[in-house]
Amino acid sequence: MPLMKQPHVADLDGLYAAILEAHTDLSETESAALNARLVLLLANHIGSTDIVREALTTARKSLGK
Amino acid sequence: MTDPRQLVFPHRRSADQDRLQPAHHPVVIVGAGPVGLAAALGFAARGQASAVIDRKASLSDGSRAICWSKRTLEIMDRLGAAQALLDKGVTWRTGKVFLDTRLIYTFDLLPESGHRMPAFVNLQQYLFEHYAIEAAQRTGLVDLRWQEEVTAIEPTADGTLLSIATPVGAYRISADWVIAADGARSTLRRLMGLGFEGRVFADQFLICDINMKMDRPVERWFWFDPPFNRGRSALLHRQADDVWRLDFQVGPEADRDAEVKPENVAKRVRAMLGEEIDFTFEWISLYRFQSRRLKRFRHGRVLFAGDAAHQMSPFGARGGNSGVQDADNLVWKLDLVLRGLAPEHLLDSYDAERIPAADENLLNTTRSTDFIAPKSAASRVLRDSVLALAASEPFARRLVNSGRLSVAATYDGSPLNTADGFTADDCSAARPGAAALDAPLGNGWLLAALGRGFTGAWFCAEGSDALARLKAVSAHTTLPVEPLIVSETTACARYGAASAPACYVFRPDGHIAARWRHISPDAIAAALARAIGR
Repeated sequence: MPLMKQPHVADLDGLYAAILEAHTDLSETESAALNARLVLLLANHIGSTDIVREALTTARKSLGK
Repeated sequence: MTDPRQLVFPHRRSADQDRLQPAHHPVVIVGAGPVGLAAALGFAARGQASAVIDRKASLSDGSRAICWSKRTLEIMDRLGAAQALLDKGVTWRTGKVFLDTRLIYTFDLLPESGHRMPAFVNLQQYLFEHYAIEAAQRTGLVDLRWQEEVTAIEPTADGTLLSIATPVGAYRISADWVIAADGARSTLRRLMGLGFEGRVFADQFLICDINMKMDRPVERWFWFDPPFNRGRSALLHRQADDVWRLDFQVGPEADRDAEVKPENVAKRVRAMLGEEIDFTFEWISLYRFQSRRLKRFRHGRVLFAGDAAHQMSPFGARGGNSGVQDADNLVWKLDLVLRGLAPEHLLDSYDAERIPAADENLLNTTRSTDFIAPKSAASRVLRDSVLALAASEPFARRLVNSGRLSVAATYDGSPLNTADGFTADDCSAARPGAAALDAPLGNGWLLAALGRGFTGAWFCAEGSDALARLKAVSAHTTLPVEPLIVSETTACARYGAASAPACYVFRPDGHIAARWRHISPDAIAAALARAIGR
């Protein structure tokens, strides 16, 4: 099963807001730390290193790397 | 008992020194550390004499390699040299990992019973050497030449010519084969101009052995960010004779000279173990770890093993243990070649099998070292995230990497393996290339029942006529195949024969060459031929 690129939740705006809200009152350093922990938690939940690799490649590409 | 570290090995003028022409040796081993000695013992067990050259006049200084793995103990047991290690060493299997003062992870390295050897035995390298030397002397086939150093090596038509310096003059010997087990700063590697590139880890580690009486469980303790070494790590191991190994990560910028001063190390020791403790120092050293290997381990008649071939950081205890596995992989092959029973290119399989094993060790030790000493901001953030989540998330506990401890190599993809006769994923722990799994057998153990040579084993609840059929196999093979019938429940289960029988072919080093669900003398003969490079 490849990485989902189409919308996968009904309320995407709600999902976006939830991620953003988690960063409330965090410093830049704390935000980076939160993102790292979130990556680990979600990557393990996904349960497929192949899908995570695809996501990582997509993310790097979007940085122009 | 005299402290073996006080022993001096005098130079003994060998008869070779007075010969007009260089004396000839089938095998010369350069280096009498654990790996060279394991190789010498391996040859002796097969009736093959060897000369071992070492420039030392005594045992290695410092405890160095201390954690001897189950696989190393199994190998030494086959060589008749394990009992002293078990008796003197400190047995352990449990590791605990702490973050600050909180225990976040406990691991058990031998979660099942029914194995002869324990997960690990801690024994100072100088004691391992001491017992290995005693075992070598008992064989009468190991010519240990102390205070001698190789100064030149030249290839000849059918071997090599070694020039050797001694306190009483130089001499030369010719050798059909040379095993280079002369350590991280290998002379032979330098003499042969071989590149040894890799990486150096910037962080520095202060290592010390202290003598102290302390009653605590025999467990490997590792700390991330403890109060006594904030922002860094520490490790504690118990060794024989009330000697304890302490490792402190001190950072890339630490001042070497200041760090190794006993009064400064003492401060660290007291901060870790308590202000009131009574102890003395045995050894203090400061290291930067390296991660590198030779491109190839076989160079014609010279075969590199141990640290001479590959160097890695110590987290996971893979250095000494993989060196002993190198020797074990090499000796049976070289012995067959010397006897004209296998073609010389069998030795190419030493590269084919031990290079991937070294790469696996380098990968694991590099990952551990990067986790312990992250090199970039991103690496540090990710590492700290794992540690933070470990308190509450089981998956994060498994990610905590203070060292992935050494296990036996599995030679997947080896040219010596026969294609797996089991269906895919059926009992993959015992697939071709894997090391034999121990199990209770009769009044003893399965590994002890494997022959010095090849073994053909039938795992089945009832043996019936299998023994006769296995015995008949040797009539069709160039080497004898020792028959073995196994009907014990645990052994059959471990080899996937709980509900259907199985036939396994084991190599002289105990690795599995082939397996099927039936006994076919032709298949066994073909598997043996393949396993010796024919």
